Amino acid sequence: MSGAATRIYAFHLAVIAALFLVQFALPAYHYGNVTRIMLYAVFAIGYNILLGYTGLLSLGHALFFAAGAYGAGLAAHWWGFGPIAALAVGIGAALLVSLVTGAIVYRTTGVAFLIVTLMLAQAAFLSTLYFNTITLGDQGIVLSLPPIALFGASLRLADPMVKYNAALIAFAGALLLSLWLLRSPFGRVLVAIRENEARTRLLGYNTALYRFTALVISGTLSGLAGALYCILFGYVGSSFASLQYSTEPLLWTLLGGAGTALGPLLGAGIMFYLIEFASSTGIEGYMIIVGVALVVITLWFPEGLAGWFRRLKRVRS
Amino acid sequence: MITGSAIFLALLEGSVGAAVLALTALGLSLVFGVMRVINIAHGEFVMLGAVVAWWCSADLLGAHPLLGFLVALAVAPLIVGAIAVAADWLVLRRVNYDPERTIVATMGLLYIIQQGVLMTYGPDARPLDPPIYFRVQFPGFGYSGYKLIVAGLALLLLGATWLFLARTRIGLYMRATRLDSETAQAFGVPVKRVYAIVFALGAMLAALSGVLIAPIRGAHYLMGADPLLLSFIVVIVGGLGNLRGTLLAAAFIGIGDGMISVLFSPTLAKIIATLLVAAVLVVKPGGLARSTAS
Repeated sequence: MSGAATRIYAFHLAVIAALFLVQFALPAYHYGNVTRIMLYAVFAIGYNILLGYTGLLSLGHALFFAAGAYGAGLAAHWWGFGPIAALAVGIGAALLVSLVTGAIVYRTTGVAFLIVTLMLAQAAFLSTLYFNTITLGDQGIVLSLPPIALFGASLRLADPMVKYNAALIAFAGALLLSLWLLRSPFGRVLVAIRENEARTRLLGYNTALYRFTALVISGTLSGLAGALYCILFGYVGSSFASLQYSTEPLLWTLLGGAGTALGPLLGAGIMFYLIEFASSTGIEGYMIIVGVALVVITLWFPEGLAGWFRRLKRVRS
Repeated sequence: MITGSAIFLALLEGSVGAAVLALTALGLSLVFGVMRVINIAHGEFVMLGAVVAWWCSADLLGAHPLLGFLVALAVAPLIVGAIAVAADWLVLRRVNYDPERTIVATMGLLYIIQQGVLMTYGPDARPLDPPIYFRVQFPGFGYSGYKLIVAGLALLLLGATWLFLARTRIGLYMRATRLDSETAQAFGVPVKRVYAIVFALGAMLAALSGVLIAPIRGAHYLMGADPLLLSFIVVIVGGLGNLRGTLLAAAFIGIGDGMISVLFSPTLAKIIATLLVAAVLVVKPGGLARSTAS
């Protein structure tokens, strides 16, 4: 491993270590928030693999998040699966949905790609309402899962510490995977597709296959976030498949900086606290902040915060 | 049991829906065709039209609801058109109409308009009095006369838009810009101004269809989602930016959606329509119709 690579891995491992240590100092309110932020960051890291690395703008990632959440939720609710088994079913469901979606959309790029993904996610959202005898529709499924037995200890899912560390493990895994992916030959081809697909194809790469694989990895990671969210917070409902859940990972990724490893965490964290602050003011239409953020990013921060920091550093040195 | 008159009723509902849908989708199609901008906030312009219609009918309380309706037909496009011009000037022009950045920006616009209405107008779905009330008796069922008038007005507005595009100088500019904006600019077409006018025109068409459906569906801050979804579907099936294809697809999708909604379930109708689009885009990324035809 070269010196630069060591430094990059060391930096990101330090971030993970900091997130581990900070749990002993966080007040209860922020403890729960950071747990959610880390799960959202896993969702956004999955999204970033497509948008940031491959350059494909999806408007339908709620589809994968919901596939994971419903896979886990339905397995636990109808078949009485335990947390670990339900999580596995959720990830499996997300993988399956990603494979099918990938097979449908792998020929499309650009505008067509984003509209097909939007349409498929909308079809899924409407299906969760239509088949409400199974999904319980809008109202959703509330789960009460048994504790996990691990090394003789019994981990209750209601315990904030269990939630926090489960989310941290998922986040650490996703972050390291995305770092490794970006530096691997496979990731290099993805970036080449983002920069110039025609040229990459001329070099002999089957770009459609690379895009397909990127979508499957991205969708499965997003589904993992959904499945874990459903298990840790004991709920899944139609809103998980709604347009809002497709907009948010886009917003987090763009805000943090598309194509950067830590951007998704940064974006999810800032947006979470912005929305918390806006809703605490008691104003009814507090989600307007999402709209303002989207417009501000488009106009002034097209590279996101991480990209902006990076440019500042470059200018100074 | 599905009877003959039920099918006829469904067909009628579908046709009324198709006429309004054509109006909404024509706006979206114009914006995409000329500016290459995918306007995610298009449904919010429909919603704004309906909300303005509610204000007009509520503020002119005591007067005949027809007066409020006519005022709304004149005022809603003006207000919504002004908002669209402002959005074009403040946001879209500044990112040079870059396709991906405008999508993110119009998505932001969607939230701003929707939540802005929630702040001022509130979360309730509010009904409106129909401006005209009479029933047309068909064999087996009576039908709201207002809905037939809606369909007629929508067709009239479509015709007017068509004439505007085909017969006026600014319409010619729009068609020239659609074909090749650089060449149009070289021939002295003020492309930037054409963009602003097209974005406003698209929003105005959406607002008008909002005014038309308000007495049927009421006004609600979340009502923009359905028109957005359906006009997306229409614009894609009809061939991105192809106006004639848009109208044909609106008739097909609108009637199909209306019939399945009445005979089975509105949700099922939307699921089928969305999957249809996904299928169309995968088989023919340019849409069903040839995109070279006008």
